[in-house]
Amino acid sequence: MTFILSEDQEMLRDTAVSFTRDELPVKHLRELRDAGKNGVDPEARQKLAELGFFGVLIPEEYDGVEMSMVAFGQVMEAQGRTLASTPLLQTACIGASAILLGGTEAQKKEWLPKIAAGEVTTALALDETSHHNPAGVATEAERDGQGYTLNGAKKYVQDGHHADVFIVVARTFGEAGDTHGLTLFLVPRDAKGLTVQSLNTVDSHGAAHLTLDGVHVDDSHVLGAADKGMDVLEPVLDRGRIALAAEMLGSSLAAFEMTHEYMQTRKQFGQLIGSFQALQHRAARMFTDLELTTSCIAAALAAVDSQRNDLAELASLAKARASETVHLVSNETVQLHGGIGMTDDHDSGFYMKRARVQEAMLGSASFHRDRYARLNGY
Amino acid sequence: MPFDAPSDPDAFREEVRAWLEKNCPDSMRTPMPEDEVVWGGRREKFKNPDSKVWLERMAEQGWTAPTWPKAYGGGGLTREQAKILEQEMARIHARTPLFSFGLWMFGPALIEFGNEEQKKRFLPDIVHGKTRWCQGYSEPGAGSDLAGLQTKCEDKGDHYLINGQKVWTSYANEADWIFCLVRTDNTVKHEGISFILFDMESDGVETRPIKLISGSSPFCETFFSDVKVPKDQLVGEVNGGWKIAKRLLQFERSSISASGFGSARGTGILELDEYAKMHVGTDGDGKLLDGDLRGRIADHQMYAKAFSLTVQRSQEQAKAGQEVGHTASIIKYAAAKMNQDKFELMVEALGTEALGWEGEGFDKGAKMTTRGWLRSKGNSIEGGTSEINLNVVSKRVLGLRDHQ
Repeated sequence: MTFILSEDQEMLRDTAVSFTRDELPVKHLRELRDAGKNGVDPEARQKLAELGFFGVLIPEEYDGVEMSMVAFGQVMEAQGRTLASTPLLQTACIGASAILLGGTEAQKKEWLPKIAAGEVTTALALDETSHHNPAGVATEAERDGQGYTLNGAKKYVQDGHHADVFIVVARTFGEAGDTHGLTLFLVPRDAKGLTVQSLNTVDSHGAAHLTLDGVHVDDSHVLGAADKGMDVLEPVLDRGRIALAAEMLGSSLAAFEMTHEYMQTRKQFGQLIGSFQALQHRAARMFTDLELTTSCIAAALAAVDSQRNDLAELASLAKARASETVHLVSNETVQLHGGIGMTDDHDSGFYMKRARVQEAMLGSASFHRDRYARLNGY
Repeated sequence: MPFDAPSDPDAFREEVRAWLEKNCPDSMRTPMPEDEVVWGGRREKFKNPDSKVWLERMAEQGWTAPTWPKAYGGGGLTREQAKILEQEMARIHARTPLFSFGLWMFGPALIEFGNEEQKKRFLPDIVHGKTRWCQGYSEPGAGSDLAGLQTKCEDKGDHYLINGQKVWTSYANEADWIFCLVRTDNTVKHEGISFILFDMESDGVETRPIKLISGSSPFCETFFSDVKVPKDQLVGEVNGGWKIAKRLLQFERSSISASGFGSARGTGILELDEYAKMHVGTDGDGKLLDGDLRGRIADHQMYAKAFSLTVQRSQEQAKAGQEVGHTASIIKYAAAKMNQDKFELMVEALGTEALGWEGEGFDKGAKMTTRGWLRSKGNSIEGGTSEINLNVVSKRVLGLRDHQ
């Protein structure tokens, strides 16, 4: 039953939905922005940890609550509904998965309990240009006596402005464009030679550019096999893409619901705007799109749990469809709200600005269309 | 006689498999050419004699209508068992033995709204493909605004008298009987409509085929002048036909989406990229040469995949007892869009090869694609236009109101 939630998953969803609604509404993001906090709220992070959200994908032996990707998707969807700025995607999904899939027993014991407890946040430092391109990594990792020396720069690292440890993807072999020759490194924020440039971003969630200037790490910081980073990176990226797509579905649904409600209360020409057929059809088209996207996200989340062999295809499907849907719905939200939708006082703009960040992260719709075509042999 | 289906699914599957193995003729396990499709009825000629044998054997089991009650000639199977039958037929590539508006649309509605005598009289002949039905719904002035229909039905004491005209009556020239919406009260709109059945050979019935842009004539104009209909052929209450009509439209929409548009099934989806590679060519990496077309094909295929996942989700939800009433209109709307997009992309991939009409000089398959492309333009019109389906979604699902 790919499309029906279990009781546990439903309970987790309900908890997540009421938590984000009560504690992390859009108003909260607005307050963080106005206070210059760049989307960072340590108190909220602690509460998320108490609810067990950081440990959903972590086994009990490392202090996690060991649920499933479907369960984690419910948390991400809830977070997307209110645009909550949390380290869940980067830390609980990408960071935890990278360590689980690639880490040594020592690394798992060191990091996973801290992640589950919300004590440590991680950030994936992968892309080096303005477009997602895992094989395009040029950052060099040169072998030195007891480890490696890293040189290069990373662009727009999500959660990079406050992460405690970075998962840096660097090249130990070959040249930019090769899918082999990549290696993953755990690099602490205070590593010598690492510069973190904090960014103020359009969605008020923040991010960072990184410069690695002769950063030294020893062998215990290598995550997974040297030169074979893609073996870990690909499945980790797909989990991240699917989780992000679930977040995007949440944002799309919330923006649509807000618009739907407005159509039933706002009057023009003496009529509710929701009674105009031109607008009704636009709402119905959005609804159709949301239904199709919902199915894709559910299928992709379940595919992780059942380790299906078409996982990569479903991940690209989920991210591409979610990108197109959130793009459409966020634009329509502003338009259907009219002038008020253009004001900073209204939430519409927050959904549209966050949507563009979500669309660009971990591969745009065109990136995933291309990947989908390649996976299907054309 | 049909065997009693064992309740254990594995045992049932085994029996079905054995039965099909024994009873499905070899020539019925091959792709079906257009002219071998069996629609049944008094005029069916069975171009391939095996298809007659196959229909008779399946009908004897009640398996042309697997989930209908045995009392009316159906198979009496549960949904799960019918699914197993479908899977086992697909496994040996068995042809669908009977295409029929009676099976897809009229029968299910009659089971809900007909009286016992009507069910016993009409349903078994549908199962056996003995009666071919057509649908008398649309009129020249009442297409999308179906309830505006004017075909008059007067009570003449011992019979009804029908006068008027229908249009877009699919295969009316080949049908034996019609299920027809008629006006029994002029003073009200929806509440003045009745649902009536009559023989197409009755005096006063005339049909004229309508030629479409694709060159084919699946539709007719149908004229009724002083057609006498016995009173026991009215279904439900006088003036109570609208709710039957609406229910039947739901059956129509889901049967169109499920069977009429090939994209919903795996094969159609795979075809498109193979098709494009064949006609447009690939680069050294196996990528389609036309990058823009490649992106749009991928977009279409992802939409098609999202569509089939949604159909699957809706089935799972229905099975789990969740409310899924809203999906029929979404699915009809999306299926039409998807099928039209597919044909547009196929025509584009063919280039000038798609511009042939008939005769020599063009590939036969390409000519079929061209006709299919023209035919697909009807997908967003027939069975409820896309606009009507969007209306249904906005009003019934999203609760948006009309002007006050």
